[in-house]
Amino acid sequence: MKGSFVVNGRSVEWSFEPDATLLDVLRDNGHPEVHRGCDEGSCGACSVLLDGKLVNSCQVFAASSTGKDILTIAGIGTIHEPHPLQTAFVETGAIQCGFCTPAMILAALALLRKNPNPTDEAIRSALDGNYCRCTGYVKIIEAVRLASRRMSAHD
Amino acid sequence: MTDLNIVGKSLEKVDSLSLACGTARYASDCMIHDPLFLAFALSDTAHAELHSVDDSKAREVKGVVDVFHAFNTDSGLFSTAGQGFPEPSPYDTRLFNKRVRYVGEIVGAVLAESIEAAREGAAAIKLNYSELPPLFDPEKSMDADSPKLHGDSDAYAPLPVPYRPEENVAGEVLFSYGDLEKGFAAADFVVEESYRTHQASHCALEPHNASAYFDERGRLVLVVSTQVPFHSRRIVSRALGIPGHMIRVIKPRIGGGFGGKQEVLVELYAALAAWKHKRNVRAEMTRSQVFTSARTRHPMRVRIKTGIKRDGAITAMDMNDVMNSGAYGAHALTVLSNAASKVLPLFNKIENLNFTGRSVYTNLPVGGAYRGYGATQGYFPFNQHMDEISRRLGVDFLEFVKKHHIRVGETSAVFEAIGEGTEGVSQTIKSCKLDECIDRGAKEIRWQELRGKRVTNGPMVKGVGAAVAMQGSGIPQVDMASASMKMNDDGSFNLMVGATDIGTGSDTVLSQIAAETLNVPLEKIIPLSSDTDLTPFDVGAYASSTTYVSGRAVLLCAERVRDQILSVASAMTGTPVDQLSLGESRVVNRTTGEEVSFSQIACHSLYSKDQFQIQASASFTGTESPPPFAAQFAEVDVDTETGRVRVVKFVSVVDCGQAINPKLAEGQVDGAVLNGISFALSEQYLYNQKGAMTNSSFWDYKIYGTLDMPEMVTVVLDSNEPSGPYGAKSVSEIGINCPAPAIANAVYDAIGVRIYDLPLTPEKVLKAIRSRA
Repeated sequence: MKGSFVVNGRSVEWSFEPDATLLDVLRDNGHPEVHRGCDEGSCGACSVLLDGKLVNSCQVFAASSTGKDILTIAGIGTIHEPHPLQTAFVETGAIQCGFCTPAMILAALALLRKNPNPTDEAIRSALDGNYCRCTGYVKIIEAVRLASRRMSAHD
Repeated sequence: MTDLNIVGKSLEKVDSLSLACGTARYASDCMIHDPLFLAFALSDTAHAELHSVDDSKAREVKGVVDVFHAFNTDSGLFSTAGQGFPEPSPYDTRLFNKRVRYVGEIVGAVLAESIEAAREGAAAIKLNYSELPPLFDPEKSMDADSPKLHGDSDAYAPLPVPYRPEENVAGEVLFSYGDLEKGFAAADFVVEESYRTHQASHCALEPHNASAYFDERGRLVLVVSTQVPFHSRRIVSRALGIPGHMIRVIKPRIGGGFGGKQEVLVELYAALAAWKHKRNVRAEMTRSQVFTSARTRHPMRVRIKTGIKRDGAITAMDMNDVMNSGAYGAHALTVLSNAASKVLPLFNKIENLNFTGRSVYTNLPVGGAYRGYGATQGYFPFNQHMDEISRRLGVDFLEFVKKHHIRVGETSAVFEAIGEGTEGVSQTIKSCKLDECIDRGAKEIRWQELRGKRVTNGPMVKGVGAAVAMQGSGIPQVDMASASMKMNDDGSFNLMVGATDIGTGSDTVLSQIAAETLNVPLEKIIPLSSDTDLTPFDVGAYASSTTYVSGRAVLLCAERVRDQILSVASAMTGTPVDQLSLGESRVVNRTTGEEVSFSQIACHSLYSKDQFQIQASASFTGTESPPPFAAQFAEVDVDTETGRVRVVKFVSVVDCGQAINPKLAEGQVDGAVLNGISFALSEQYLYNQKGAMTNSSFWDYKIYGTLDMPEMVTVVLDSNEPSGPYGAKSVSEIGINCPAPAIANAVYDAIGVRIYDLPLTPEKVLKAIRSRA
């Protein structure tokens, strides 16, 4: 089947099997920045924002996402013009292997859009669906705190 | 050292912005044209003789191209352990074995036009077999009447090491000094206990995977999620009979390893299929397969018997380990060795010592390298045992440790006795700040206020516990690393290393060492790591070797480049080299102040006169393995009604020598700690009666998330190791050794109940509380 999406602000039309997951369709169409960690919705590495809401893209059918707005990490900033969350993760040392990072940043973005000045408790709740095996989360939480301060100051 | 510009600074990790922006590429992101897909078929029986594999139904699945199994695919015996050559692990497996030895063993691989077809094909493979009696209990494996997993096979050890498959012994380590009997006779009392550590999965977020394609000359290119690219090429070549020169292994970004990717697994099958069909292939394990069919932390039973005098002297220690290697012997000898060689030297004043260790086969998933590599298995018993002894002596645990631990200028007979498949290497400790680790950590955890106080809050009782450890920095006289550098016309440098950055930050750390030596900003170093065509050799990311061993290679290489720079500058300016020094990105005449920039020097060497490229290479093999030291502390609340243990705060203080990049060093410890806590409290392999893992999913195998983490404090001390590059030792593994014993010691402090078996689940703690009452 065919379906249209708005991915990172660009309208696209892709062909895919009716039972294909959004994760597969994104990866098959040039979005390897969306990572497959478990394929069962338990690790969060494939998270994207679907109409602004954080979802595990391995648990969503592409067919049910047609017409919707999809945001991957590539849509929030670039290596030449990174988003404050991306620079905060870099500066705090919150990135080791980086496999969880794109989804982790999107989870943080979803939080900061709703709650620009979250408490540590709120940050921990918001990121709990995203596993990281490298960092122990210490510097990830620091990164979200830093980004929150900078983004609020910017507003 | 106070005059450092780049080393010792928490500079941004060189690949981190690309990882944050999603431009970094992992093995499964590699763009390959029109690939075929591989899916694995797994054994559903723990122990059986295969008579045949019926692949007819699999071949009928639309899109299936080929099916590989033991009856159509031969390979020689080899080991999947990604170690040096010859490996200290036995050659006891083939690509597909006709005798299957655990539930989850790869018995078939289906190649198809789509992953769906490959999986459908894999599910349609039918195995015809006669079941054999399974062996699940490692402590019964050496019984005369136990099933022998490899007893009638032609498995062998390629090194002259103890290997007795006829007794299920996959590895053996024996060592002693002094006179044990005399030691025990001299003791005032004896403490003897058995402890058990359990099996665990690395849970790197990126599953094991490989992409295979052909270059324009028909060579096989493997892009692999690996910690050991050079070993990978060698082992693929050996197992499949593909000439080494026809294989190139590329390590892209890696989504975590922790030892799990020190194993040559998925790329074997990707290479097999690609080579036969001359088609591009993708192969990836599912998460469930990573749990069941990749590698695990070896479980270990450790019995320690110790003789002590009232003044605290340890007159004798007898340690007896049985390590469960699982169905194959990957790392069976060396993880066991490390349970002694990384643990016993810490208390180097034990008067008489005996160590007996055996790795044994069972029909369970295979053990392998896992961060800590035996030391984790050894320190859980060791620290609980010492906590118990200090309590019986009526002395503070921390004071007891200070009395016994190894110090600068001291050695241990264990260093020389136990190596990795060979004898070890004698060494004298040149840096050790364990006392400072202990004092700093005790303050941070409020040891004096909380220890022994059993503060209660309803059913909750608070306790604090501590544990100490050392590790190593590479395998001395075994691990080799090399580096090469060339200077570009703009005064920047390409740094090529075989060292394998798997997320650890080694590209950054090694670049910092090069930048420091050449006195250039970090961005002037362009690192490229781990491509068997483009970079020099390195054993890979294991044994806490990269900062120390690869770091020394980079340091040596950069010094050679620096000497060439100075000599060209000397020729350009007509000044003797001894009057020149390096300034930032330039050479300065100390007398006249005259300067030539690196760019001018590089251009001169490339274009002007007596042209040559300023470039060098260097190799390094350690002659010692200076241990980092750590003291770790847990504050726990034990719920006496449910048995649940909650870690409230966890403190780690580490002496890793000079941290090349303190923030990255802290990150290594933080990650190891949370993995260690999760290992101690919630992670476990559960099996049914047939030996099948019943919880091979993140839903049922619980690793810690953000809501589970305690308050974590990590302190990296100022320290300096004279033999290290700019004073550095290793830091990657040590942090995982002590969470389990520190928590167990804290549980005892809270409720007076000692848990000897990991993990400390609520069921186990509650049962212990009730049996005491």
